[in-house]
Amino acid sequence: MKLSREQIAKRIAQEIKTGYYVNLGIGIPTLVANYISDDVEIMLQSENGLLGMGAYPTNAQVDPDLINAGKETVTAARGASFFSSAESFAMIRGGHVDLTVLGAFEVDQQGSIASWMIPEKMVKGMGGAMDLVAGAKNIVVAMNHTSKSGESKLLNKCTLPLTGLKCIHKVVTDMAVLEIKSDAFHLIEVAPGISTNDIKDATQGKLIISDNVKQMEL
Amino acid sequence: MSGLNKVVSTYDQALAGIQDNMTIMCGGFGLCGIPEGLIQSIYQRNIKGITCISNNAGVDGFGLGLWLEKRQIKTMIASYVGENALFEQLSISGEMEVILTPQGTLAEKIRAGGAGIPAFYTATGYGTMVAAGKETREFNGKMYVMEPSLIADFSLIKAWKADKFGNLIYKKTARNFNPIMATAGRITVAEVEEIVEPGELNPDEIHTPSIYVQRVIQGSFEKRIERLTINESQ
Repeated sequence: MKLSREQIAKRIAQEIKTGYYVNLGIGIPTLVANYISDDVEIMLQSENGLLGMGAYPTNAQVDPDLINAGKETVTAARGASFFSSAESFAMIRGGHVDLTVLGAFEVDQQGSIASWMIPEKMVKGMGGAMDLVAGAKNIVVAMNHTSKSGESKLLNKCTLPLTGLKCIHKVVTDMAVLEIKSDAFHLIEVAPGISTNDIKDATQGKLIISDNVKQMEL
Repeated sequence: MSGLNKVVSTYDQALAGIQDNMTIMCGGFGLCGIPEGLIQSIYQRNIKGITCISNNAGVDGFGLGLWLEKRQIKTMIASYVGENALFEQLSISGEMEVILTPQGTLAEKIRAGGAGIPAFYTATGYGTMVAAGKETREFNGKMYVMEPSLIADFSLIKAWKADKFGNLIYKKTARNFNPIMATAGRITVAEVEEIVEPGELNPDEIHTPSIYVQRVIQGSFEKRIERLTINESQ
């Protein structure tokens, strides 16, 4: 069985260690926050200018001056801080964010990522995605392994306009966990009920299957 | 307005000197922290040919969406513009030029402009279409793109509190692009929620020192929420 969005988020949450400063993108990455256990002490960075993003507000807590990068109303966690957009991206570009989680349309075996633009469709802009992939020390991409029609999104070379060149080292899909190094996808874990052959069929880029592929623990 | 007192009482005074074909920076992230009255006022004055620098372009009928209605923007420099249908129409038809800029690069272009730095190198966008035609250079084994900085004829910003000299304090995430745009405008106009006497703001807590601000006007704000998200479990 392929994983649900929630299960992908749950697996990615295991990458988050106590003490981390983490930026979560929109979509599946946002869900990751729901699966971080209480004994893991972290701060979520929101690139519009908030370090220490809290839960969504109650009706009484709603404040139009307090939103996240997805323009949703949020709260500030204990120990939070506010700052300008330049300061926010100094944190990102300066490599101070420990982990960034973001979605993608395509990733390739060199670690390049396409996540912001599909030609001929409305182009909304890259927002902070190009800064995040260029600046973060550690990036995990959350995505489906294939398109709805079954075509691989893990390619030998991205076909869509890039968000970043050779910057991705880890991908968590609805089928597997893979590392990208030496121009290849290295299979590390498979989802329950998925075989290594399924991964071979679903991966267009160069795939290396190590001897000790583990089953994902969820 | 005399001496160091920057307070003006009308939008005519706040926008004195504004003309067609100017470059205008407009603070805010989405609809959060936008100078609502100044935007409205430019709309009413029907200023045209604007090169607008703002992270986003408002929504249909509110914020910078108003300027789109009257086709006031010639060129839009922004990082994310997906929130309104009219924008899509004007950009596809070619009526408006759109220069999409990564958000961090946009912020740094403005910060650098305000600090008198003409350009800088960043890793952001290297190897992507954003870097097309731009100078690239290697530092310590990594490739970077040269990005020129930005300044504006007018910066229209929103702050929470000002004193009469133009020292500013912002509130929560309504700060966003406002403090850097304050530094990058030849004329910076701050629309604020409250104006106090000089000395009433704690100097340790001022976000934008008064030197960057030419005019201060008391505004009134709707503060429309773009995406109301509520925690139902509490």
